[in-house]
Amino acid sequence: MNAISEVEVEGAALARRRHRVRLTPLRWFRGGGLSTFLFMLPLLLVFGAFSWYPIVRTGVMAFQHTNLVQAPAWVGWQNFSAVVHDPQTPIAVKNTAYFALLALVFGYPIPLAAAVLMSEVRKRRGLYSALAYLPVVIPPVVAVLLWKTFYDASSNGVFNTILGWIGLGPYPWLQSPHWAMPSLVLESTWANAGATVIIYLAALTGVNSELYEAAAVDGAGVWRKVWNVTLPQLRGVLLVTMILQIIGTAQVFLEPYLFTSGGPANATLTVLLQIYNYAFGNSLGGNYGKATALSLMLAGFLTVFSFIYLRATRSWSQE
Amino acid sequence: MKSKRLVAAVALAGLVAVCVAATAVGSTTKTVTISVASLIPGSTKAAVDQFNAQVTEFERANPSIKVKPVEYQWTGPTFAAKLAAGTLPTVFEVPFTDARTLGDNGQLADLTSLAKALPYFSKYNKAVLAEGTDSKGRIIALPKGAYAQALHYNRKLFTQAGLDPNKPPRTWAQVRAYARQIAQKTGKAGYVQMAKDDNTAGWILTTFVYSLGGRMEKGIGTKAVATLANPQTMTALNLLKQMRWTDNSMGANFDYGWSDINQAFAAGNVGMYVSGSDVYTNLVQASNIDPSLYGLAPIPLAKNKNAGVLGGGTEVAVKPTVNADAKAAAMKWIDFYYERPLVSKTRAVQNARTLAANKQPVGVPALPLFNKQQYDLANTWIAPYINVPLNQMKPFTTGIFDQRLIPEPEASTQSVYHSLDAVVEAVLTDRNADIQSLLQQANQQAQQAITGGS
Repeated sequence: MNAISEVEVEGAALARRRHRVRLTPLRWFRGGGLSTFLFMLPLLLVFGAFSWYPIVRTGVMAFQHTNLVQAPAWVGWQNFSAVVHDPQTPIAVKNTAYFALLALVFGYPIPLAAAVLMSEVRKRRGLYSALAYLPVVIPPVVAVLLWKTFYDASSNGVFNTILGWIGLGPYPWLQSPHWAMPSLVLESTWANAGATVIIYLAALTGVNSELYEAAAVDGAGVWRKVWNVTLPQLRGVLLVTMILQIIGTAQVFLEPYLFTSGGPANATLTVLLQIYNYAFGNSLGGNYGKATALSLMLAGFLTVFSFIYLRATRSWSQE
Repeated sequence: MKSKRLVAAVALAGLVAVCVAATAVGSTTKTVTISVASLIPGSTKAAVDQFNAQVTEFERANPSIKVKPVEYQWTGPTFAAKLAAGTLPTVFEVPFTDARTLGDNGQLADLTSLAKALPYFSKYNKAVLAEGTDSKGRIIALPKGAYAQALHYNRKLFTQAGLDPNKPPRTWAQVRAYARQIAQKTGKAGYVQMAKDDNTAGWILTTFVYSLGGRMEKGIGTKAVATLANPQTMTALNLLKQMRWTDNSMGANFDYGWSDINQAFAAGNVGMYVSGSDVYTNLVQASNIDPSLYGLAPIPLAKNKNAGVLGGGTEVAVKPTVNADAKAAAMKWIDFYYERPLVSKTRAVQNARTLAANKQPVGVPALPLFNKQQYDLANTWIAPYINVPLNQMKPFTTGIFDQRLIPEPEASTQSVYHSLDAVVEAVLTDRNADIQSLLQQANQQAQQAITGGS
């Protein structure tokens, strides 16, 4: 009985407060609502036009058959079913997972190692940071064209010439279904590591130096310091960069598109390239329904994956 | 007070509407601007100058039309993107294989009445005209040029390898033997084939298969049956496999597309390759080829009654969204730039003179859009300006009219080619590629595309 009356009293008080602060247009205007809205307007327009509208259109087009010229026709789940039954879908998924795995095994530890080494260097740290970041500054298409000449499969190719000096090669690089994907990962790691190195360097400055001193007093060497102080202190950042890398590699497009167009023999066909092929692979106007359906499926997978990842690692990332 | 404001607002709106209408009416009698496909990106300055000279000439003759040249190169993926985004120029080019379907899909402007008003309309080769006529009988594109596939070869490499540059191979066995000899003697790739995942690999393989007597499909439309896994495709792929893995005569790079292979050839790194007979224009405009190394021969045909050479071509079309004035202006440009030089002596000579003055190729071998007599006649008009090495093209020009021309696969052409891309890539990059099973997969994929009409 008491509990009910307390609820009633609280409800009445809340209603009074609501009544007191009821928002009228005049009150909203006087309270600076208009200026807030005007400041937000460019952001809303830009995001609306270039992010939210395309997302909504993607959701709609996934259930349509359209060539963007004639009136679209609603086809229900047909696009999703066609994507699932496409014999190239499993190939694309497998290749994307392979790329992500290679990038994780080889590409993920390199920036961390580089950052730790660079933080240990006393002199010219700025120079090393700039050198590490330089590939990020190079336009990606230029970088790929550059690496394409490095990867020339003839014995005159840059890498093959260098390896030839020590009696190795020539290797087929992009011209072999087995070598192509690791070659893409190598370039991708070179191109993207710099940005992650900068993040790690920034995070390393936040590590309390007393912890290292304490470790030194306890007789820890460099390796012990890294293992017992640096890595635990960076775990929050490490977990975030890992999920960002997984999301990024799941959407890999630039490298397979520019280096190999998904070849040789579909060895580097990734999910995003498959989406591109659905949309633009056929000169008669692509299948935008299938392209958007696969996009939604990828977005759905990454959302679920990220959610599970964040839930699973929540306890690790807390101090 | 309020009513006065209302009246003022209505009056102002009325005034604005009148002004806008006046401007619109005025504009129809004033200048019409059209954008037109010009040259491919990367063309030489001389080629660009030559094109601009044509534009100036056209604008002088048609003062009410302003022409805006836009660099243009047809590739499957970029064309689809531009088509979807509506960013194609007013006048653009498409291959024979695509025009009809694009017309049926409402993606090309209806040019019927304008085309039929052309004085030479009745002279067109009916088969060529049919390539630009949709299923409702509307003319949605006019021919720019027709080609037959041909074997392009490097005369210098032939000589260096001890081969006679005036005697190109006449059988595929000779192609293999010559390629091996070139590779061994010069260290360059003897024979190279487009093998990129952009439908070009399938296009060239289909050419190869036609020359052996095979076909990629039977029937028409969505009822057509894919026949990719035929014995001739097996033979062609096995020959490629031997040249690649036994002879090692195909070089080290196997991801050439249309432009890259032209560049590699012009740079002197390729002994022989297959492409359209009219590719010499690009070799000059985009790759500055040394004319003395160029040789052109017909595709070797097997002794099979179905063997023939794949022929195709390019159509010129207009964006469907333009208004009547722009469409009429576009047709005037098509008439002036593409068609008239083939039928009018004055325009042919004028065109050839401008091309020659800018060191652009005149007299590149093509196939007749009207008939053989008209083609020969037009060639006599421009004879003084012909600057391509005709003697080096003789094996082709004397042989091609005896060959049987076969059009590209009619149903879902680009999809059929695309499904073959991966097979060619696999054969050239994987020593253990299982040709039979790859072809079965490709056939299944092509059949799906045909049935689905994509």
